[in-house]
Amino acid sequence: MANEKSFMKALKCRECGHEYPLAATHVCEFDFGPLEVVYDYEAIRGSLTRASIESRAKNMWRYRELLPVAGEPTVGNQVGYTTLVKADRLAKRLGIRELWIKNDAVNYPTLSFKDRVVSVALSRAVELGFTTVACASTGNLANSVAANAAAAGLKAYVFIPADLEHGKVINSLVYGANVIGIKGHYDEVNRLCAEIAGKYGWAFVNVNMRPYYAEGSKSMGFEIQEQLGWRIPQHTVIPMASGSLLTKIHKSYQEFSKLGLVSNTKWKIHGAQATGCNPISAAQKQGLDFFKPVKPNTIAKSLAIGTPADGFYSLRVMKETGGHSDDVSDDEIREGIKLLAECEGIFAETAGGVTVGVAKKLIASGKIPAEDSAVLCITGNGLKTLDAVVNSVGQTREIRPSLREFEGLLETEDAACKA
Amino acid sequence: MPVNIRIPTPLRKLTNNEEVVEVTANTIGGAINELQSRYPGIQERLLDENGGVRRFVNVYVNEEDIRFLQNKETPLKDGDEVSIIPAIAGG
Repeated sequence: MANEKSFMKALKCRECGHEYPLAATHVCEFDFGPLEVVYDYEAIRGSLTRASIESRAKNMWRYRELLPVAGEPTVGNQVGYTTLVKADRLAKRLGIRELWIKNDAVNYPTLSFKDRVVSVALSRAVELGFTTVACASTGNLANSVAANAAAAGLKAYVFIPADLEHGKVINSLVYGANVIGIKGHYDEVNRLCAEIAGKYGWAFVNVNMRPYYAEGSKSMGFEIQEQLGWRIPQHTVIPMASGSLLTKIHKSYQEFSKLGLVSNTKWKIHGAQATGCNPISAAQKQGLDFFKPVKPNTIAKSLAIGTPADGFYSLRVMKETGGHSDDVSDDEIREGIKLLAECEGIFAETAGGVTVGVAKKLIASGKIPAEDSAVLCITGNGLKTLDAVVNSVGQTREIRPSLREFEGLLETEDAACKA
Repeated sequence: MPVNIRIPTPLRKLTNNEEVVEVTANTIGGAINELQSRYPGIQERLLDENGGVRRFVNVYVNEEDIRFLQNKETPLKDGDEVSIIPAIAGG
């Protein structure tokens, strides 16, 4: 690996192209457009090959040249390279020839894809000299910042909506982070954090560190392509909160294609939302290239962002690739969770239920053709959102430790099945 | 009592590093005009070529996004707090 060599050139405004130094800054001074890392692809081409990647450890840093750190990563060295599961039973149920599950429900260390972005953001924060890190979060990001900061010896402040799932709150507190519950929804937490970030000298992973943070999501797409045998999937279904993951998986396909690591085959990017927070999917279905903010009301709290920062770019990616979008109700989300669990033995959080539910709709409507192949991105673990499914997964049946009672129970069930 | 506008970091070069600026306008549009007359150049940072609020600029009156109110026509009254904030990624 090219040690201690940076492949980053600058930060650049996605709107007007104005360039900035590689500091902790995220917004163009001229039009508020988001800043993005620019790489030296010529230098990367000489360093990143299939062979060099395959020779490295199985984690997200095997694609290090395409991730925005100057030296070796210091936080989250073990993150990523989660399993890509061939989901034959779910494929049959949904009516598609071939289906894959990219399973970040078991990402290391906090069981969501957020470990990817946090690993990058905190490694870069350390490079830039920060000792306190922070985030605004719907839960998973808070868990990951808290855990990775603890492991790196950094001080952490995480800001979350006060009504988050119990599991996600405990999963931040246990690492000793300062957890601040805000009485409001995520967009309000975000607004407060934007104001806090301007005031204190902290590395806010999704505010002033956002250009670096967001790039971490590309690693999910790099892995998908490598694990499919160095090819781009025909269809990828991705859950959308801010829309950042969707745009970055698309970018990962563009980059591998540009570097000649995969053939430039056609791909379609599809976005999934909950009906209770569907600003992007509603706009996509109406053929609009802008979205109207909404006030979220859904059990998919990790996707409950009513003013999605990358909504505009997500719409553009779906349009350019010929992809589609849809949204599902709370009941359909629970059904999606159960379907994935019963067919594949994977317990996803509510966002996973959204992805499975939307994939089902897109396949049923022919927007993803039955003869094609698709990848579903599962981004978080069901153990964190038990509250959402507690009343819809059935109940244990209790008996005394008696063989007769057990046989009685089976007989009753057989009778019920025949009836 | 006038209206307070909180100026975000990327715009403070234009406001001589003032974090909070007082205006007396009756609407958001009027407030932006007033800012422009005092800090020339600030309007084009906030508004696009058609005069609408730029795609990545969020404006809040007393913590409510003006897109849920009346956008640039949103009325202002004494004591209101206006925040101008860039869009943020999340999760």
